[in-house]
Amino acid sequence: MRIINRTLSRRAAILLGSIPFALLIGAYAIASHLRRINNPADKLLPSLGSLGDAIWRMGFEADKRSGDYLLWLDTIDSLSRLAVGIFISTLLAIGLGISIGFIPHIRRGLAPFVATLSLIPPITILPILFIIFGLGETSKVMLIAIGTAPVMIRTIAQAVMDIPRELIIKAETLGASTWQMIARVVLPQVMPKLIIAIRLGLVPAWIFLISAEAIASTSGLGYRIFLVRRYLAMDVILPYVAWITLLAFILDRLLLMASRKALPWNHLSGDSL
Amino acid sequence: MLKTFFKTLSFAAVLSASLASLPAHAEQKSDFKVCWSIYVGWMPWGYLQDSGIMKKWADKYDISVDIVQINDYVESINQYTVGEYDGCSMTNMDALSIPAGGGVDTTALIVGDYSNGNDGIILKNATDLAAIKGQNVNLVELSVSHYLLARALEKVGLSEQDVTVVNTSDADMIATYATDDVTSVVTWKPLLSEIAANDNATLVFDSAGIPGEIIDIMMVNTETLADNPAFGKALVGAWYELMGIMASDTDEGIAARTAMAEASGTDLAGYDAQLASTAMFFTPDKAVEFTKSTELPETMKFVAEFLFDKGILGEGAPSPEFVGVSFPDGSIYGDSANVKLKFDTTYMEMAAKGEL
Repeated sequence: MRIINRTLSRRAAILLGSIPFALLIGAYAIASHLRRINNPADKLLPSLGSLGDAIWRMGFEADKRSGDYLLWLDTIDSLSRLAVGIFISTLLAIGLGISIGFIPHIRRGLAPFVATLSLIPPITILPILFIIFGLGETSKVMLIAIGTAPVMIRTIAQAVMDIPRELIIKAETLGASTWQMIARVVLPQVMPKLIIAIRLGLVPAWIFLISAEAIASTSGLGYRIFLVRRYLAMDVILPYVAWITLLAFILDRLLLMASRKALPWNHLSGDSL
Repeated sequence: MLKTFFKTLSFAAVLSASLASLPAHAEQKSDFKVCWSIYVGWMPWGYLQDSGIMKKWADKYDISVDIVQINDYVESINQYTVGEYDGCSMTNMDALSIPAGGGVDTTALIVGDYSNGNDGIILKNATDLAAIKGQNVNLVELSVSHYLLARALEKVGLSEQDVTVVNTSDADMIATYATDDVTSVVTWKPLLSEIAANDNATLVFDSAGIPGEIIDIMMVNTETLADNPAFGKALVGAWYELMGIMASDTDEGIAARTAMAEASGTDLAGYDAQLASTAMFFTPDKAVEFTKSTELPETMKFVAEFLFDKGILGEGAPSPEFVGVSFPDGSIYGDSANVKLKFDTTYMEMAAKGEL
């Protein structure tokens, strides 16, 4: 049988999938060991044991100064910023995206503006955001929203325009008002695209979250990484990076599952990554 | 599939090999690299490289020394700590927490200056340091600014519990001061002068209040230095030749200072103003005298306690004495079995005696 036709059992698939991870950890352990032969207190590649100690210290021991459990405090603060930012972007994507995609007057008026906005690198206007929104939570959330919303709006607008014209005409012949068409035809049709837009928006959202926290903050996953970077504490940085990756992965999977559950008709054409 | 495995494997091998080979192995060698970043007291390093003075001294000892400027201060220390450079300019505090705390045996080769007003605390719409109580204080956390704040608070009977420290990038310090939320900042020159120029800003405390505690030093790898005395001699020789030129008001001295001013983005007047709040040791005698002073061990004790309080003095440090610091008279602060930071006046004394 040709290799392209062979399928794997679930166990074999999991095993194969875990090999690159195991190799990476193995390579790290070897490199770390070699560096620590020269200097047992090496900071760049700490041993797996001291990574474990750092995870334990950050996650399960109260901080000496504040009494907080830092890993969880950082995670909650970061996730809530991310949630508010993405929520604002989603609302904007639905509201503006559908209007731009569906109503020619709004499209002509706003589409070029949104397209232009989406090209501004958000980091460059951070000093302006500070002055408008202050240094607190607002500017961090706004950076995430400004960084993700324009692209999401454009995705949704395009999705609306991709709806087969026949469907719209059919609805019109049946006497639907514009509002009814939006609620009954357009919205359900773009829901899968909206979930994809959120999933894709989360990628830059994490970047903007970390950047915002790096600039002025008292907590958050990005704050902690940039803080301990000052003394090359890779034993804290590496687990934090792994943790952020895991959180991002879980969020992505949850959205995919939600899409499969709520919109099964969109997943009939086969599996996707 | 197999091909992918081999790719992954070879990538891992390359990764581990390259990462593992980074530490500077102590051995006789002829090519050296030191790094520095922009700061009033370190601008001479760039000028040494550009003017050829470094090359002249390196040639004298038959070695080569490359002086590299790194834009990000913390990154330069990290690069030195992982072994990319044989030496790097940094403060006494960062030397203790990053390389020494990370097990890299480090020697203070050239004690260049101490901050005597370069770092300061600014309050908005208040003129007394005690008014800082209850405020958010924006600063680069765990830096010398943080240390300055801790020392300043002690002096007015407050502690860090009385304020909220907000970690703020130095790159954004000036922009953040303009926002309404920010009522106090701790930073260094030239940012400090820029912020102090605001009408509502008052400088309520600066490093002149704790003279000699924030020290700027060329730190080098102890093993590299022990195996290659020529490296130490060339660096120190070149440094004090330039110090002599810089301190003079001859055309040559003014030309050197102007070049340093331009390299740091200001003009001669601006640079001279920064030098005025920097206690530069223009002669090796002054540097040796300072390094041998009885205040230095006191300062290092303060610094070690500050770092320990913040939990950044090395992995699992059980006490402020975890990392040992040795002084020119042979005395040691902290763990004598783990001396990783050494104040050594040997080479500066050679310069003072004209033996280089």
